[in-house]
Amino acid sequence: MLRSRLVQAACSAQRAFSTSQKALAAKQMTVRDALNSALDDELARDDRVFLIGEEVAQYDGAYKVSRGLWKKYGDKRIIDTPITEMGFAGIATGAAMAGLRPVCEFMTFNFAMQAIDHIINSAAKTFYMSAGAVNVPIVFRGPNGAAQGVAAQHSQCFAAWYAHCPGLKVVSPYDSEDARGLLKAAIRDPDPVVVLENELMYGTAFPIGDNVTDKDFLVPIGKAKIMRPGKDITIVAHSKAVETSLLAAAELAKKGIEAEVINLRSIRPLDAATIFASVRKTHHLITVENGWPQHGVGAEICARIMEDQTFFELDAPVWRCAGVDVPMPYAKTLEAHALPRVQDLVEAALKVLGGKAGKAVAGAK
Amino acid sequence: MLRTLSRVSELPIIVKQLQKRSHNNNIASGKNNNNSYGMQHCRYSSSFFGLFQNAAQAGVTKTNNYATEATVKVNRPFKLHRLDEGPAEEVKLTKDEALRYYTQMQTIRRLETAAGNLYKEKIIRGFCHLYSGQEACAVGMKAAMRDVDNIISAYRVHGWTYLMGVSPSGVLAELTGVQGGCARGKGGSMHMYSPNFYGGNGIVGAQVPLGTGVALACKYKGNGGMCLALYGDGAANQGQVFEAYNMAYLWKLPVIFVCENNNYAMGTSTERASCNTDYYTRGDALPGIWVDGMDVLAVRSATEFAINYVNTVGPLVMETNTYRYSGHSMSDPGTSYRTREEIQEVRQKRDPITSFKELCIELGLLSADEVKAIDLKVRKEIDEATAFSKTDAELGVSHLWTDVYSNCLESKLRGTISYNLDHIQERKGVNH
Repeated sequence: MLRSRLVQAACSAQRAFSTSQKALAAKQMTVRDALNSALDDELARDDRVFLIGEEVAQYDGAYKVSRGLWKKYGDKRIIDTPITEMGFAGIATGAAMAGLRPVCEFMTFNFAMQAIDHIINSAAKTFYMSAGAVNVPIVFRGPNGAAQGVAAQHSQCFAAWYAHCPGLKVVSPYDSEDARGLLKAAIRDPDPVVVLENELMYGTAFPIGDNVTDKDFLVPIGKAKIMRPGKDITIVAHSKAVETSLLAAAELAKKGIEAEVINLRSIRPLDAATIFASVRKTHHLITVENGWPQHGVGAEICARIMEDQTFFELDAPVWRCAGVDVPMPYAKTLEAHALPRVQDLVEAALKVLGGKAGKAVAGAK
Repeated sequence: MLRTLSRVSELPIIVKQLQKRSHNNNIASGKNNNNSYGMQHCRYSSSFFGLFQNAAQAGVTKTNNYATEATVKVNRPFKLHRLDEGPAEEVKLTKDEALRYYTQMQTIRRLETAAGNLYKEKIIRGFCHLYSGQEACAVGMKAAMRDVDNIISAYRVHGWTYLMGVSPSGVLAELTGVQGGCARGKGGSMHMYSPNFYGGNGIVGAQVPLGTGVALACKYKGNGGMCLALYGDGAANQGQVFEAYNMAYLWKLPVIFVCENNNYAMGTSTERASCNTDYYTRGDALPGIWVDGMDVLAVRSATEFAINYVNTVGPLVMETNTYRYSGHSMSDPGTSYRTREEIQEVRQKRDPITSFKELCIELGLLSADEVKAIDLKVRKEIDEATAFSKTDAELGVSHLWTDVYSNCLESKLRGTISYNLDHIQERKGVNH
C-alpha cells in the first residue's frame, strides 16, 4: 500500500522545474533519465555491474529509474528481489566482497533502515577490518529525504546517518548532471558508496552540457559545486535544498544581496575547502538541509568552520536552516511548514547579515 | 545391527535432539529443571546403536600389513528433509586423509587451548570464542571443499581461519593484536580473512546473506564454486537467515546453509530459543540434512553431497549437531546453564578427535606412534606460534589511519582534536 502510494506521490510531484538558465542550454534531461542512463552506461561498460532491488526489473523500477534495463540486460544483470531489505542488502554486499559490482536499490532509503547493519557493519568496515585485504565495491542507492504526503515513516533524510560512518562515501545529487555523474562515479568506485537521490526531483528536467551525456562523464566524489557565485553570503545545501537555496538567492538578489550557493554534491567526503574558500569571500554562511537539525549536515559544517582558521573570517555566526525537529506530519499545511522554505532562508540570511543586509538593501535602492 | 566400537556407538548424542525422539518421553514434568538435559532421560531408539563398523567389518585395503584405505560407515545416520536420497553413509578413508584430518583437528584444539591461555594471561583482549569440541565440523567441511569453493562464518572462526590457509601464528598473532596477525592485528578474533574465506562476522546472522551473496557471485561468474554460509543455533532464529534461504531458493544459488548446532546460543538452550529445534528442516522448501557434527567423516560426506546438490539443484540446509566445551566466550564459565556432567559426558563419549583417532587406529590407518608424532608436531607448532604472538610487535600508530578506504578521497582524516591525518594507502583490496 505504502509503496504504491509513494509511487503515486512521486508521479504527482513530477514537474518540469529548473532554477538554472534553461535558455542557455540546448539539451534537457530529467534526473530520472540521468540515473537511468548512468546505470545503462555502467552496466554496458562492466560485466560485473548488476542492479538488485525491489521491482527493479519487470516493473521497470518503482520510480521507473531502471526503465528498460531488464529488457536490455535480462535476469542476470537486473534482479528483482522479494521485499526483504536486510537479506538482499546482505546478498549484494557479499557479492561485492566476492568480486562483483552490485548496485543495490532501496525503493526508498526509509526501508534501508532494515538493512543498515549491512551498509555499516558489512560494507563500510570490511576493508579496514581486513587490514586492506577485502574492499567492498558496492553502491546503495534510492530516493532519500522527505517526499510528499507520505507521513513520518516515509519522509526523512539519512545524509547525516550515513555520513557519520568512516568507510562509507555518501553523495546526494541535486540535478541531472549531479545524478548522472555521481552515480557513474559511485559505481566505478572501489569503496561502498551511498547515493541519496530525491524522489521529488526524479521528474525534474535540467539543462545539461554536451559533455554530460559522454560515456565517461563523471562527477568527482567529494567535490562541491558552486551553483551561483555571490559575494555577500554563502548558502550551503544538498539535494532538493539546493533548489530552495537558489530560489532564496534569487529573492535575496532582489534586495541587493548576492548569495553564493554551494551544492555539496558529496556529504562524505565533505568538501570543506570549497565552503571555506567561499566564506573567506562572503564572511557569512547559512546551511540548508531538509533533514533534522541535531547532529546534522549543517551542524557538521558549523563545527568544521569553528575548528578552522575560516572561523575568524566570519562576520556573524553560522546559521542552520533545517527540517523542523519533529517527525513529518501527513497534513499538507503542516508538511509544508516542516521543511525550510524560501522565506525561512531569506529570513536566516538577513538575520546573519544583520546591519550589512540593511546597507545592501539601501544600496540596491 | 553391528555393534563393535561400543565406546563410540553408545555415546550420548546431544540430548535435546534425542529427547524428542525417546519412546518413553517423560520430561515434560518440569521437575527436573536443573537437570532437564540429564542423561537419565535419554533412551535412544535402537537405530542410534551400532552404526559404527570396526576394521574387521570395514573394507580395509592393506599394504605390507598397514592399511592404506578403509571403508567405514558414518557414526549416525543422516536425517533428511525433502530429500529422497542423502549423503553416502559408507565412506572411504585413506591413510593420507586420516593423517590430515587428525592433524587439522588436533591443531585446532591446541590452537584454541593456546588462545584460552593467552586470554587468561590477559594478552588476548576483548572477544575470544573457542571452537573446542566442534573441530569435526570445520575439518569435515574443509575436506569436501574444492578450490573454487568459499566459506563465511560467524565469530567462532579461529579454526576456520587456520583451515583456510592462515598459519597458527597468523591466527594467534591476530588474537594478540600484533602485526604478524592475519589482519595485522586490526581485526581481532572475529575478523580474519583469507582467499575464499570471507571472514568471521561479529554480527550474529549477518554472515548468512553475505555468504548467499558470495554464492550469487559464484553463479554470476559461472566458476562452478559455491559458498558455505555457517551460523549457529542462535543465529538460526535471525530473520535475515530466512530472507537468505528464500532468495537463495528462488534464484537457485549454490549455497549450503550450515547450522552448527552446539546446543546453546550463549547460554540459551535450543529449546528455549527455537520453536523448531530440527534446524535442518527450517529452510521450509529448502531440503535439509542432519549430520552428526562430531563425526568428521559424516560431515565430509554430507558436505560432498551438498556441494553437488547446490551446484546442480539449489541451496540446502545442513545441520551439524555438535558441542562446545568452553563457555560462549571467555567471560562465560559455561556452567550456569548446563551441568559440568553434561560437558564431561560429551568429552568422554563423543569427542570428535578421540573418536576419530581410535577409529583410525582400529582401522590400522594410523599407528599409535604416528598419532604421538602428530601430537608432538602440533604441540611444537602451536608453542612456537604462541611465542611469536607474545613477542611480535603491534603496528605503528600510523596504521590507525591506514587503509580506511580503497581509494581515499578525504583530504584529511580527523584525529582526536583536528583534521591532521593523511590517509595512508598500503593496500587496495582484492576487488579494487
